[in-house]
Amino acid sequence: MSLHSANEHQDGFSTLVDHHLHKDMLRFTTAGSVDDGKSTLIGRLLHDSKSVYEDQLASVSKSRVNRSSGPIDFSLLTDGLRAEREQGITIDVAYRYFETPRRKFIIADTPGHEQYTRNMATGASTADLAVILIDATRGVLAQTRRHAYISSLLGIRNIVAAINKMDLLEYREDVFRRLYDDFLALAGQLNLSNVVGIPISALEGGNLVNPTGRMPWYHGPTLLEHLETVPVRAEVHQEAMRFPVQYVVRPDADFRGFAGRVASGTIRPGDAVMALPSQQMTRVRSIVTYDEAAAEAFSPMSVTLTLEDEIDLSRGDMLVTPENPPTVASRIDAMVVWFDAEPLAVGRTYLIKHSVRTSRAKAGAIEYRVNMNTLEQEPARELKMNDIAAVQFEIAKPLFFDPYERNRTTGSFILIDPLTNATVGAAIIRAALPAESSHETDWKTPVSAGEKHLRHGHEPALVLVESRPLLAQYLDRALFAQGFEVALVSGEDVPAGRLADLLPLSQSAGLVLIYSTGAISAEQKRALRLDAVRTFDLTALNLPEDDQGAVSTAVAALQSLRIAEGPADAGEVN
Amino acid sequence: MAYAMQGALQQAVAAELQNPAGFAAPKRLNHLKTLEAESIYILREAVAEFARPVMLYSIGKDSSVMLRLAQKAFFPGKIPFPLLHVDTSYKFPEMIEFRDSYTREIGAELIVHKNQEALDQGANPFALGTQKCCGLLKTKSLLDALNEGGYDAAFGGARRDEEKSRAKERIYSFRDPLGQWDPKNQRPELWNIFNSRLNKGESIRVFPLSNWTELDIWLYIQTENIPIVPLYFAREREVVVRGASIVPIYSQNDLLPGEKSQRISCRMRSLGCMPCTGAIRSEADTLPKIIRELLGFKRSERENRVIDHDEEGSMELKKREGYF
Ligand SMILES: Nc1nc2c(ncn2[C@@H]2O[C@H](COP(=O)(O)OP(=O)(O)OP(=O)(O)O)[C@@H](O)[C@H]2O)c(=O)[nH]1
Ligand SMILES: [Mg+2]
Repeated sequence: MSLHSANEHQDGFSTLVDHHLHKDMLRFTTAGSVDDGKSTLIGRLLHDSKSVYEDQLASVSKSRVNRSSGPIDFSLLTDGLRAEREQGITIDVAYRYFETPRRKFIIADTPGHEQYTRNMATGASTADLAVILIDATRGVLAQTRRHAYISSLLGIRNIVAAINKMDLLEYREDVFRRLYDDFLALAGQLNLSNVVGIPISALEGGNLVNPTGRMPWYHGPTLLEHLETVPVRAEVHQEAMRFPVQYVVRPDADFRGFAGRVASGTIRPGDAVMALPSQQMTRVRSIVTYDEAAAEAFSPMSVTLTLEDEIDLSRGDMLVTPENPPTVASRIDAMVVWFDAEPLAVGRTYLIKHSVRTSRAKAGAIEYRVNMNTLEQEPARELKMNDIAAVQFEIAKPLFFDPYERNRTTGSFILIDPLTNATVGAAIIRAALPAESSHETDWKTPVSAGEKHLRHGHEPALVLVESRPLLAQYLDRALFAQGFEVALVSGEDVPAGRLADLLPLSQSAGLVLIYSTGAISAEQKRALRLDAVRTFDLTALNLPEDDQGAVSTAVAALQSLRIAEGPADAGEVN
Repeated sequence: MAYAMQGALQQAVAAELQNPAGFAAPKRLNHLKTLEAESIYILREAVAEFARPVMLYSIGKDSSVMLRLAQKAFFPGKIPFPLLHVDTSYKFPEMIEFRDSYTREIGAELIVHKNQEALDQGANPFALGTQKCCGLLKTKSLLDALNEGGYDAAFGGARRDEEKSRAKERIYSFRDPLGQWDPKNQRPELWNIFNSRLNKGESIRVFPLSNWTELDIWLYIQTENIPIVPLYFAREREVVVRGASIVPIYSQNDLLPGEKSQRISCRMRSLGCMPCTGAIRSEADTLPKIIRELLGFKRSERENRVIDHDEEGSMELKKREGYF
């Protein structure tokens, strides 16, 4: 059958093969607002690093479309769809593959247009590095912030802030410094690490592959030099073992193997493993592959395991290290990026696919939505397309998860609309929430205030609103929508002098009591003796004039009432 | 200056954090094994979630790799889906020979589908033009075969590095009940989580080789010793030089009026239908020679496929009509 022979020895050939097999690989994505020059940058990078075939370049040069001011519109090397060329924008991710003597690269060139944020998230989800472009003539825009936010959420560890179109501003150092500082401030707010700023001209190729004489004040690496040398994330095999079971291989009655991809950690024959959700314990008998029985399996290998005992295990279950199991919970809190034109509605049931397991999940309270202009948290009753928000979910089958920073596979899921089957959102798990019906207690035990607070998920407090009855009403709604237990009391019903009588009750019931009154003097306030309870005096908060702004500021302040749950570091994503 | 220093410092700190001293050097899967692991994951995922998957088997190098990956994914079990070859009847005889003997050897179930109606009416690229011929013998034939089999998922060996519209495609490529691709409205596809939910009549084309390059394919064939059609290896062949293409000749009937055949050392870089796939001049008769030759190529592998150049964006148009 085989005409060829694999064992042919030619001088240096095995070295060549070896070199290719062991080269580092870096996956990176472009990001930034529409027209900032992402596709031009990628086209130019490919061209200048001699990674474009002659016939592909020829087809681009003779294209009818050219929106650039140069002889070749390099953006056409990745904007390959007809609609993209007609409209002059990128619509969906283009994946390009190239290599230099030092590294292999997979590029995802993503769209900047807000309408296609879902496609940017698609490209960024598998990236180790993001090149975020900033048009020097336009600076940091809301869409730049959105993409930076998504990059941070997705855990992209390396960021290049590419200040582009320097040619339009005389290659001025002060322009670069100002915009890079703007971006660094943003990066600081988002906990983005390893940020490197490079001034470039994608159009001319300046500082992409070759340095440019136009910016003698810049002494840092060119983009390609940086991409070739930035440390690549090493797989961490010391992490706790997670093996989601993908498929049961059962060719005959004698063989029962569990096929899957190692999500983290290392597996060896003889290792003790626990099955979830059954919690049954067994040992790994062997690691079966087509090539040979393996002595160990680690992430991201796809293997088949046989086990010592016949346990209950099927697709969607997980084998884990018994000493260090994942969190198991059916109520969770996640950061969601919403993709669908149909808004996410509180109370609606969606399908979630977590690793290889699909279950139903009800969207609970929206804790907050992130305002992309201010990056502040604001209340929301539903999520519109491209919104990013913290949302609670109640899941039909418990999830087994780890914090996303530690495990991308077990820390993330997608949301599917059960009616349209569309992929409507992506989510990063933050923490488990306490179970709705808390563990059984003796029926004679009195209910403590602490138990109530825990169930509500927040501490009680008093909120003082003076002379803004509408604001009090809006705040009531906003807090309610976020799952707070609230009571709104008007000064007309309960005069200030009698407020003190009400407080012990609202405190032990665990309520956030909004007290809406006319203006009261400092003297009167002291008489209320409010120091006994946690009080938010909105007058002291210097709220904005407009009600909407005032509500979001107040709600943001009240987030400090929430009771943290789950692993201490799980809430840190943002 | 300050900025450069800052960057270098940050990198050094990051390197230290990511690989702190005292930790054992992290194990790493080599490049091909990493690609292999991803492809196997995709194959298993689709088989677990779809009711009736099928593999489009085109007999070329990419199909050979995909078939080996399927053997690996379900080992020690058999490949749990049939292979479908859409036969235009214009395939090289070596391809058909290889298809029949190799699929028999590995015990795979093979389905061959032809658009007999169109062939009976004499469909051929010379009379119809390549676009129309492809539409009838490939796209229509494929859609009919998928319909008849009631397949809800079809594996294809397409790679993103092949062509500019393929560079845009998801690993799970959603198709409407008419098999059409809507490139402006693809499902988001984050991480390695695939949405396989479908309504009646809809289907997914699954591309396990999305992230492989032409070089990866050849290196894998070399390291895994995977059998491929002999047409990929150079030897002297009877050919006719037609414009810029070198077309193999099997009988004098293949010559157009006025043409003369000659013997040239050549091989195929990519395999399609006889009238529309050109050979390249080459002396590369072994895998190492092919791989070395590939590293020196200045033009893409699809350059010798007439159908891709009918007009700008022709691959995209064909895909929108249901081609894979
Ligand atoms: N002067 C100048 N123009 C540039 C530069 N880079 C890009 N452009 C132009 O900016 C316009 C937009 O470039 P694209 O590369 O399509 O931008 P993009 O970021 O990919 O846009 P989307 O993908 O649609 O978000 C084109 O007209 C480019 O020629 C540059 O460095 N200097
Ligand atoms: Mg673009």
